[in-house]
Amino acid sequence: MAVDVFAPVLANTRLSPDYNVLALAAPQIAALARPGQFVMLKTSSGLDPLLRRPFSVFEHLRDADGALQGISILNKRVGVGTAQLYEARPGDRISVLGPLGRPFVPVHPPAAAWMVAGGVGLAPFATLAESLADRATPMTLFYGGRSASDLYYESFFARLGAELVLTTEDGTRGESGRVTQPLERALSTCPAGQPLAIYACGPTPMMRAVAALGERYEREVFVSLEPTMGCGMGGCYSCVVRVRSGTGSHFVRSCLDGPVFDATTVVWDALQAGH
Amino acid sequence: MADLAVRIGSLRLTNPILAASGCFGYGVEYADSLDLATLGGVVVKGLFLREREGHPPPRIVETPAGMLNAIGLQGIGVHRFVAEKLPELRRLGATVFVNICGSTLDEYCEVARVLSDAAGVAALELNISCPNIKEGGIQFGCSLTGTYEVVSAVRKVTSLPIIPKLTPNVTDVASFARAAEDAGADAVSLVNTFLAMAIDVETRMPKLSNVMGGLSGPAIRPIAVRMVWECRQAVKLPILGMGGICSVSDALEFIIAGATAVQVGTANFVKPFIWSELIDGLGSYLDRHGYPSVTDLIGQLQLPAREHA
Repeated sequence: MAVDVFAPVLANTRLSPDYNVLALAAPQIAALARPGQFVMLKTSSGLDPLLRRPFSVFEHLRDADGALQGISILNKRVGVGTAQLYEARPGDRISVLGPLGRPFVPVHPPAAAWMVAGGVGLAPFATLAESLADRATPMTLFYGGRSASDLYYESFFARLGAELVLTTEDGTRGESGRVTQPLERALSTCPAGQPLAIYACGPTPMMRAVAALGERYEREVFVSLEPTMGCGMGGCYSCVVRVRSGTGSHFVRSCLDGPVFDATTVVWDALQAGH
Repeated sequence: MADLAVRIGSLRLTNPILAASGCFGYGVEYADSLDLATLGGVVVKGLFLREREGHPPPRIVETPAGMLNAIGLQGIGVHRFVAEKLPELRRLGATVFVNICGSTLDEYCEVARVLSDAAGVAALELNISCPNIKEGGIQFGCSLTGTYEVVSAVRKVTSLPIIPKLTPNVTDVASFARAAEDAGADAVSLVNTFLAMAIDVETRMPKLSNVMGGLSGPAIRPIAVRMVWECRQAVKLPILGMGGICSVSDALEFIIAGATAVQVGTANFVKPFIWSELIDGLGSYLDRHGYPSVTDLIGQLQLPAREHA
């Protein structure tokens, strides 16, 4: 069930000239949200942009006594709506609708969990890592960006016990190159008897590459897709993704049937470019 | 509290606020969040006889105070709707309007027959105005004889109220309302979206895979209000008005212009809990202005006095 909360901004932490973390006082949504679910934010009270924007629930926020205070979202400034969220000030109110969508299913030990994040695709993994830590599932975060200034929150994941593998395309942090390089090495050396689930979120070419590695090494891969969304509630049919069904394929709404998909069901050639 | 009930032909609605077709799925998507029985009606997504895949994404793009869509009427077909969705809608107490589509007169009639035989359908909205597909209705909706023919044909096969949904992409929408009235429609709904286009100047490509799409949202509201007013003067039929309604005062504009009921579409994407605000706000307005019933307000536009006759 989704609720719409007109949530005060608790804090806006700017991580860089492009990235910020927006803390929102929406404890009702925090209480309901499961890892991988998303919220739809109305970035301004005006008519431009008119529609809400989807964001993964990033963190569950708690006060000093551990009571749920709200959620945060990880934002990257790319357009008008995300620029408004980058500029938001504490005390501003933002309409937050959620939680929405199908969550990740965290695996239990003895299975291990590998999270593969590209840039702002880190967003759904903070709550997943908490869930995995609760289950004492061993986890690794493969986290890639263009440059060192694209990588954040490593200490959050380290604190939860995640092993970190960092990459940057320009070599300014961690291994130089793409995040799929260390992922492939790890897959090639992982014992066949070790159960494993891979979770991926990031640019479409990265998720597609992770999906291909999953097929090659016969490992389950779950991807969190983010196509353009109109409503997030199943009303508009704009966020469709083509999935395999029997011998054919058909469009499903990613707000209801996703955003998390088994990577083998996704028809990657049909995915919208640029996401 | 003022009486919000209205009549569309033989059908009585508890209030005049309806969810518009194509903007509310099959209604059941919202059942966890809303009591569908509190709405005046739910107009479900357009249905052909068979399933349809719709257009590839991108299917929507935002424009100032509006959005373009070219979904392409993805749908499960009338038989699956009757089997899978209608029983749930009945159980939830929704007043179900079904938007029906066809590539031919025969298809409209067959879809209408299937729905007439099913329990729980309150009315049929004839989609003769989708701008996004070549073969689905618009060839009927852009021609006066086509509009007359499709309404007459469906009239012969159903006793359910029939409500053709008119396109604004014509020179004189009122003449289409008259054609619908002459052919035996119980009401008309207007407007569907405005045929429109947006271009990515960096790639020089259209922003929608279908190239063109339908513009909806607050950007079109003043044009839609004008068209409802024109139709009000042309026909006696009840009018279901729509186009960019986002607030009580937006809905009131349509009612004052002559709409018996209104439909809300794009605003539902932004505010899925808008319904109680609209229904309560309408009641408050009527009380404040001393109208015992919403029917007393329909078409109550006060024209300014003219200096010259």
